[in-house]
Amino acid sequence: MMDTIYFLVQQMMFFSIPLLIVALGGMFSERSGVINIALEGIMVAGAFCSILFINGMESRMSGQLLLLLAIVVAVVAGMAFSLLHAYAAISLRSDQTISGTALNMIAPAAAIYLARMIQPNGVQQVQFLNTFRIEKVPLLGDIPVLGPLLFQNCYITTYIGFLILIVSAFVLYKTRFGLRLRACGEHPQAADSVGINVYRMRYAGVLISGALAGLGGLVYVIPTSTNFNATVSGYGFLALAVLIFGQWKPRRIFLAAFFFGLMKTIASAYSGISFLQNLGIPSDIYKMVPFIATLVVLAFSSKRSQAPRAAGVPYDKGAR
Amino acid sequence: MIERVRKSLSSASASLIAILAGLLAGFVILLASNPSSALAGLATVLKGGWNGGIKGVGQMLYYATPIIMTGLSVGFAFKTGMFNIGASGQLMVGGLISIYVGATWTFLPGHLHWIVALLMGMLGGMCWGMIVGIFKALLNVNEVITAIMLNYIGMYGVNYVIKNSHLYNQLRNHTVDVAASAVIPKAGLDNIFYMMKGVYKDASSVNAGILIAILCAVLIYILLSKTTFGYELKACGFNRDASRYAGISEKKAIITSMAIAGALSGIAGALMYLAPSSGMHIDVEEILAPQGFNGIAVALLGLSNPIGIIFSGLFVAHISVGGSYLQSLKYMKEVVDIIIGLIIYFSAFSLLVRDVMKRIAGKRRAAQVVQVHREGIPPVEVIPDGAAPDAAPRDDTGQKEAQP
Repeated sequence: MMDTIYFLVQQMMFFSIPLLIVALGGMFSERSGVINIALEGIMVAGAFCSILFINGMESRMSGQLLLLLAIVVAVVAGMAFSLLHAYAAISLRSDQTISGTALNMIAPAAAIYLARMIQPNGVQQVQFLNTFRIEKVPLLGDIPVLGPLLFQNCYITTYIGFLILIVSAFVLYKTRFGLRLRACGEHPQAADSVGINVYRMRYAGVLISGALAGLGGLVYVIPTSTNFNATVSGYGFLALAVLIFGQWKPRRIFLAAFFFGLMKTIASAYSGISFLQNLGIPSDIYKMVPFIATLVVLAFSSKRSQAPRAAGVPYDKGAR
Repeated sequence: MIERVRKSLSSASASLIAILAGLLAGFVILLASNPSSALAGLATVLKGGWNGGIKGVGQMLYYATPIIMTGLSVGFAFKTGMFNIGASGQLMVGGLISIYVGATWTFLPGHLHWIVALLMGMLGGMCWGMIVGIFKALLNVNEVITAIMLNYIGMYGVNYVIKNSHLYNQLRNHTVDVAASAVIPKAGLDNIFYMMKGVYKDASSVNAGILIAILCAVLIYILLSKTTFGYELKACGFNRDASRYAGISEKKAIITSMAIAGALSGIAGALMYLAPSSGMHIDVEEILAPQGFNGIAVALLGLSNPIGIIFSGLFVAHISVGGSYLQSLKYMKEVVDIIIGLIIYFSAFSLLVRDVMKRIAGKRRAAQVVQVHREGIPPVEVIPDGAAPDAAPRDDTGQKEAQP
């Protein structure tokens, strides 16, 4: 019984952590007033660059050092790619779904194109060796209950995810930067009138979302596959849903990501759990569970949900 | 009228500039990957369906049919202030229902069969879209999240229903084909778009679906710009509070808008799966129908204008078909997706382009005003561009309300 729970929690991390990281990224963008539906594309870009990096470097190094370097690559790639969105949405004041959709189209196509161009064998999958799994964290892994739950069969990215959550909540609510960022998403004119550079704050929001989404792409691919095939299977859109589900607030995003992750784990691992297996429910129904459950929870919890007021509205300094 | 034509021309030219910029960028990509045949590659992309002769053009129309419909669906939702990212799920549900009707309701006589199958598919998509509207209007759930969830529920749900019904062809892992009477007729188009292979006439898959899609576009155009009903839906998209103040029920408007958007995607599914030759059945696979997402691109490129969407859908299909001929030149067809993405990205620059063009036009206009002055006609008659946007429909409703 306990083993099943340990297994479920370990599995849940693989689904929840990338959603958490990417949704938190989206939060920074939307709280600054820029809707970012390009999360999917940015994840692909981050995952592609970092997996390609791992693919190229794995003959020289392995393990956590390589993973940490790959994380840096993913973050930088995500930021660079999101800059395209920021430029169109902020500087050019275009409709924010336009550049988002464009990036979502470009990223996977470019990932396939580049992979087939760069790789000597001309295939679109980028292979990598998974040398990053931690069997058991020294000391911590031996703690009863908590050890197997959190510190066995895990990845360093799990802890990075939690760290990002704490830092995000702190930055958003306890720092001057966070206050200004939120002001730009609620009432940019007011923010501007007290001397905040709205454009700069929005650039910062989008770039943070790019960094986290890029990272999220890598975090998603590492435990779930042994190659990168130009897709993150809609996780960017799911993260967008988690962001809205979490009502643009870090703590709620955390809950939403883990709720969804748990449902997803049950859906994919039910055959390993004798109780669920014996119910005789077909797999297609299980696969629908996370999405239906989310809708049901949303139906009861959204009455007072309110997006950042200025999200989606390009800021024009000269407008009346 | 002339003002309106000029306005749509100026936005069309902004799109054309984006297309040129995107193609140029695509050319640079081709140059970078294999300079020797880059020009030939670009020509292949631009030739699109013509690469396969007149039959290829037919194929292009065939591919354009569903994405024009999903483009209309997304564009219509845009016009009413909503983002329909759920076209994919609506398409699958609509498709499944028309397959069901097409395969089982064989008691329907002749032409009635495919028409009923089409209409039932439309109804299916409509219900799926309406859920999004109901969630938004009554429960305040953001339409993007509901639509994303319903995409997946639709995909898995359709798979489940297929596998657990008599529609399932287990051997091939797809649904059975629809009955011959449920297949959309070719309406003589196969006599235009074909190629002779010896004595065998190799007809393209194009069918009456493309005509239905164009008809839908025209109907949506009329609905949006010529009727009070459409005006109310648009008004709700512009400013919810103002339209509530004007006595429009915003909740009803949201639900109706999403129902119509869903219906359009449902038709897309019906047209896809009732199409002769390559359609006719649904494959069981766990991929969200890409036509739903391409619809977003088509809608954006067509500036959400129903007539514009016909052209943008044709264009996207044109260069996509062109891309499939790239392999012979050792290019990957994905370059076309990059080009389409870049074109959409560059269309984000349209505000910039329009500003520049307005400045140029403004100078010319100023010169005109001076000339008019000299001829002694009061300059009041010269209304500058964009001074009264959408003036026509606003007057319409004003009159109607004033009469009683």
